[in-house]
Amino acid sequence: MSVGLLTVVTFLPALGAVALALVPRQQAAMHRRAGLGITLLTLLVSLPVWTRFDGSSADFQFEEVHRWLPTLGVSFHVGVDGISMLLVLLTTFLTPIALASAWHSIEDRVKEFVITLLLLETGMLGVFVSLDLFLFFVFWEAMLIPMYLIIGVWGGGNRIYAAVKFVLYTMVGSALMLVAILALYYQHGAATGTFTFDLPILARWVLPPGLAQNLMFLAFALAFAIKVPLFPFHTWLPDAHVEAPTAGSVILAGVLLKMGTYGFLRFCLPLFPDASFLFAPAIGVLAIIGIVYGALVSTVQPDLKKLVAYSSVSHLGFVMLGIFSLNEQGLVGGVIQMINHGLSTGALFLMVGMIYERRHTRLIAEFGGLWKVIPAFSVLFLVVVLSSLGLPGLNGFVGEFLVLVGAFQVSPWRTAIATTGIIFAAVYLLWMYQRVIFGEVTHEENRRLTDLSPREWALLAPVLLFIVWIGVYPAAFTGKTEATISALLAQVGSKASVALAK
Amino acid sequence: MTPADVVVAPPVTLSVLLPVLIVLGAGALVLLLDLLPPRDSKAHLGGVALAGVLGGLLATVIHWGTDARAFRDMIRLDDYALFFNVVICYATALIVMLSMDYLGRSGVESGEYYGLVLFSTAGMMLMAAAGDLIVVFLALELMSLSLYVLAGLFQSRLTSGEASMKYFLLGAFATAFLLYGVALIYGATGSTNFDRIAAAAAAQGRNPLLLVGLALLLVGFGFKISSVPFHMWAPDVYEGAPTSVTALIATGSKAAAFAALIRVLVVALRGAEADWSALLWGIAALTMTVGNVVALAQSNLKRMLAYSSIAHVGYMLMGLVAGGAPGAGAVLFYLLAYTFTTIGAFGVLTLSARAGEEAVDVGDYAGLARRHPLLAATLAAFLLSLVGIPPLAGFVAKFYLFGSAVRAGYVWLTVIAVLNSAVAAYYYLRVIVYMYMREPDGEELAVVPSFAGGLALSIALVGIVLLGFAPAPFADLAQAAVAPLLR
Repeated sequence: MSVGLLTVVTFLPALGAVALALVPRQQAAMHRRAGLGITLLTLLVSLPVWTRFDGSSADFQFEEVHRWLPTLGVSFHVGVDGISMLLVLLTTFLTPIALASAWHSIEDRVKEFVITLLLLETGMLGVFVSLDLFLFFVFWEAMLIPMYLIIGVWGGGNRIYAAVKFVLYTMVGSALMLVAILALYYQHGAATGTFTFDLPILARWVLPPGLAQNLMFLAFALAFAIKVPLFPFHTWLPDAHVEAPTAGSVILAGVLLKMGTYGFLRFCLPLFPDASFLFAPAIGVLAIIGIVYGALVSTVQPDLKKLVAYSSVSHLGFVMLGIFSLNEQGLVGGVIQMINHGLSTGALFLMVGMIYERRHTRLIAEFGGLWKVIPAFSVLFLVVVLSSLGLPGLNGFVGEFLVLVGAFQVSPWRTAIATTGIIFAAVYLLWMYQRVIFGEVTHEENRRLTDLSPREWALLAPVLLFIVWIGVYPAAFTGKTEATISALLAQVGSKASVALAK
Repeated sequence: MTPADVVVAPPVTLSVLLPVLIVLGAGALVLLLDLLPPRDSKAHLGGVALAGVLGGLLATVIHWGTDARAFRDMIRLDDYALFFNVVICYATALIVMLSMDYLGRSGVESGEYYGLVLFSTAGMMLMAAAGDLIVVFLALELMSLSLYVLAGLFQSRLTSGEASMKYFLLGAFATAFLLYGVALIYGATGSTNFDRIAAAAAAQGRNPLLLVGLALLLVGFGFKISSVPFHMWAPDVYEGAPTSVTALIATGSKAAAFAALIRVLVVALRGAEADWSALLWGIAALTMTVGNVVALAQSNLKRMLAYSSIAHVGYMLMGLVAGGAPGAGAVLFYLLAYTFTTIGAFGVLTLSARAGEEAVDVGDYAGLARRHPLLAATLAAFLLSLVGIPPLAGFVAKFYLFGSAVRAGYVWLTVIAVLNSAVAAYYYLRVIVYMYMREPDGEELAVVPSFAGGLALSIALVGIVLLGFAPAPFADLAQAAVAPLLR
């Protein structure tokens, strides 16, 4: 059995976790270093997925199929297209950063922490590369437990509540998705005689429109909407984000939320095209409510981390709005916005974590005047804040602009409302920045703060590089996904029209 | 004399009973050896019992692929019976291994314990091989009577006595229902043999007497598998009985009752499938919901596992509702996965003690992960398998089971089941919360080192991982096992 690149990338962290399990727990420093080494190695190994990816082709690349449960029609089928390739890279890029961010902040049970994070990375990568519904579901569910432990064991004061809420929300959503997966499997099997969970095969088949398709769409959509999170399924998110340790928040915002939006792109659109068109306006409305609501709630947060958490609800609303515009600009914008949010919000959480480590508080009112004390931090924080609010020239602008162009073609009025979200983003982010960084030093403790350490520079520099790179030259990224997205739209459109013609 | 008056002795083919006889023989041997020295230690009797069970297992494995009948079709040794023999023997073997140190520590180690465990095991195996309602009844009694005594093994504890009494009284009551059902079915069809019942029922069409008999039969079996509303005994008995016995009641006796129930329904009463299927739909939905919802409120782990096992019965009944080879095969696979998982979970309890008492409260496990990371991780794995988190056995088992239900068109029942699984996650994860996320108050949990117990847990752990990652061969076996029923 030959093992391909994606299998290696996916399971390398898990193998590392198994190896680390054998190392005694007393050697905490060794665990940290080895963990970082493994995640960096994974990043290195995953680079060819980017460099050798052919952006002109819409096909799945680096595909591998291994037999797993042949009687059920389950195979170990992995591959990436222009959408998942970016997310795989985002995952391998953010995990070492998350791990390094916990270098000093996590002192308790370091061995377990590193192992859990490595297992989580395998779970996340598995979700993005799976091209088999069964395999996808396995990774989707399995990934829950490491995240549950990261929040529940290494989180803040109310961590247990947050961890349990996170798991229960996700499980309820995915439970119904399991039923829909089974229903789709048997419908396809009964209609074609081929019982398979293979996604490309199922996606080529035209599921007749009607109640069954709509219910299946809703079951999938619920699972993904909770993960995104789409308003009104977002209430787990602020709890989870606030209680999670910095590393957990970075992964949660950077990668986990993308699984929801990715699920819509990968499964809902191609499998249930008619239902997608049917429900697109409703989802668009929910997305806009999320954009405005998230922004308004962010504005009034006294806690930095909560502010960033609610801003995620708003930003992910843009992604959903773009995807369910169901046109090329909207989808490309949505995908780029997924990456942007991972970078910007990941960086915001990192920096909030950094000042939390120094002051052990995240309340905005406790800060002020930091510009004079820690200038380097303040400058980088400004860049990240500006990227998050969508300043032209940085990454956020590209995604939001494309999303709005896409949405405008569907409904100018709604797009106008969504645009207010950008204005509010400027309000809550700049106001926060002003209160934290500018003015006089109001608290004596803040005078003794130290500026960024070399480790923290090393964490932030790569993220900032991409923030600027995507902002200045987005074609390097959009170019690799456009072919995939046009093909996806063509597939959705043709399947829906075939069904209508019948 | 007319030919009808001549009693023809049926040919005695003992080879068909070989697995059962080995286990029974080992039980008798244990009782004999109990009288011989050494009198102070009974650990060697555990070894004899283990050897007997493994002998039964071996006899089962070498018979695989046969389809033998004996004693005028009263006993059938087919792949179906053999599959259950494997499940039951594995369960008993693991439980004997877990018992060795547990009983010694509790001061109740005795030859009778191992003898009774083996007798009840023989009863379970016989239930799976029954081809006649009378054999079902006899085997059920052999199994149950042994278990009633075992439940009361802790003579000094009131709860143990209560468990034994409750189990016995309610069990006897349920057996009476079962027996009445058998009598009515005999009255309706003129036979207690499964095949002849099926033939007679097919010839006469819809017969109210048969349906009443069926309903009474379901009451009797409903008690043994502890489905709602016949589940009331389970939490008290599970809590009061010695933990090793609880594990046997939760796994072996449940598997045996399912073995007989499935064969009775699918073979003897296949003509009434529409009736029992509709009945079981309701019972399944009720059982899983009540089990899971009540489990939410339990802080005693044995009671929690009791309600959780009730919920799992609800899931398994779905497979019967779905029907056909996929449904029945899924139930068999589920039982295999459930047995490994449940014994593992109870097994961890047998190794834990706090302040000299059994550690059964969820609070006792606070902070376990810090001091005994391996044991905590083991218990966590069993609990996650019970939740149905991939890639462990519980997930694959649920997947097969829910798949069979969706395939047969029972989508709403499946929706109820998956929502139940999500509810169940809460109480299983609560134990993990205590182990990993809380600190103990007061005395710390002591883990009793036990080689045999550790080995049993390791086997169970390997089992749930293997069934999770590579379920295909086992699922194929389960499918092959139900084939004889559907011929």
